[in-house]
Amino acid sequence: MQPSIIEMIYSQREEIMKRWEEEVQRVSENEMGRQLPYDKYNETNAEFIHLIIDTLELDQNEAKEKLRFFAERLIHAGWPLSYFTQGMQAFRRVLLETMTSNDSLQSKTVFTTFYEIESWIDGIINQLVDEYTGSWENTLHLQKLALKELSAPLIPVFEKISVMPLIGTIDTERAKLIMESLLEGIIEHRSQVVLIDITGVPVVDTMVAHHIIQASEAVRLVGAECILVGIRPEIAQTIVNLGIDLGKFPTRSTLRKGIETGLELTQRKIVDI
Amino acid sequence: MSVQSNVEVHTEWGIVSARQAGRNLAKELGFSSVDQARITTAISELARNIYLYAEKGEIIIESVERMQSTGRKKGIKITAKDEGPGIKNIRQVMEDGFTTSGGLGAGLPGVKRLMDEFDIDSIAGEGTEITTIKWNS
Ligand SMILES: Nc1ncnc2c1ncn2[C@@H]1O[C@H](COP(=O)(O)OP(=O)(O)OP(=O)(O)O)[C@@H](O)[C@H]1O
Ligand SMILES: [Mg+2]
Repeated sequence: MQPSIIEMIYSQREEIMKRWEEEVQRVSENEMGRQLPYDKYNETNAEFIHLIIDTLELDQNEAKEKLRFFAERLIHAGWPLSYFTQGMQAFRRVLLETMTSNDSLQSKTVFTTFYEIESWIDGIINQLVDEYTGSWENTLHLQKLALKELSAPLIPVFEKISVMPLIGTIDTERAKLIMESLLEGIIEHRSQVVLIDITGVPVVDTMVAHHIIQASEAVRLVGAECILVGIRPEIAQTIVNLGIDLGKFPTRSTLRKGIETGLELTQRKIVDI
Repeated sequence: MSVQSNVEVHTEWGIVSARQAGRNLAKELGFSSVDQARITTAISELARNIYLYAEKGEIIIESVERMQSTGRKKGIKITAKDEGPGIKNIRQVMEDGFTTSGGLGAGLPGVKRLMDEFDIDSIAGEGTEITTIKWNS
């Protein structure tokens, strides 16, 4: 920012800071009152306005860096992004007021000065918004990954026998993952029997049934066998009502029975000693 | 007298919300767990059909009552409405195994069997409205 502007701001520093605080107070009372952590409110305001004023004489990249650092810290502590954008906007309003109430300034000077301030502030706001949505998207992405890992795990419980416990709603995306994870896992663990446990699936509709049937056919193609376990009584009834024939599909009531069958199929059994 | 919830369906999340709303009301009305599963599954079928064939629409879930010689009967009514392509041949889509999407073709005939009353109203090019009721016996 131009030295003349900085000088003007510095010469009225106290006044600008005071007005800014009033302005921010007014805005936040209207709009975001409930969301702000009040104990830190005055402290944070003071830190914010000092930071804005201190960054004026830095070049824009450095200024952005400092403000970004500040924003990041508070966003992590739960402050809304609007606190920053509105704080910056309030600063712009206060400067405009200060300049227009100063009769010695020519309107042309006011205009060019204001133009420069505006682009400085917009640049910072844009950067903050970008950063914020960026980190939000990043979080979302990480959560998706985490969910993906959890959504269709294939667990090798015994040699040649694996279990896929399914918990929660199955949508198209997840149905695809189930298929991928099954086929990859079977090859990786050299499974001969896979038990799909649907105890935790709340609704088995035609789409879910269809995907399970397709998955088991694919499993057969890679030389393994699929057993469906954990069909709750009410789910068994709705499947019958839907007219879906699971007759040619091996099922066992519980995971335990399924494992016993898996052991039999691989010529083993559990004995008491 | 009736509680009603409307759930918009235009993503798979909408299907899940509709199911949840249905399950909650079914529970409140004292349906058995088997009937709760039937009702939720029926909603799932209707909502998914909206999502697949009409892109968007809504599911309306409400409680209904009927007077009978044996007393008052309570039930849950599901209405699935969309302004999609509509269904030309209703008899055909009610046949087990008929599908235009490579599915099982079990959804609509399945809903009819899961529920007690079932009615399709559809005009090709204008949309579809399916109403279905389950009574609490
Ligand atoms: N809301 C709708 N709008 C237009 N067409 C529909 C609608 N609902 C169903 N259909 C048509 O009816 C056919 C049969 O529907 P149904 O739900 O019985 O089977 P599906 O959706 O094809 O497969 P499934 O439900 O077993 O996964 C569909 O393939 C589709 O062509
Ligand atoms: Mg269907």
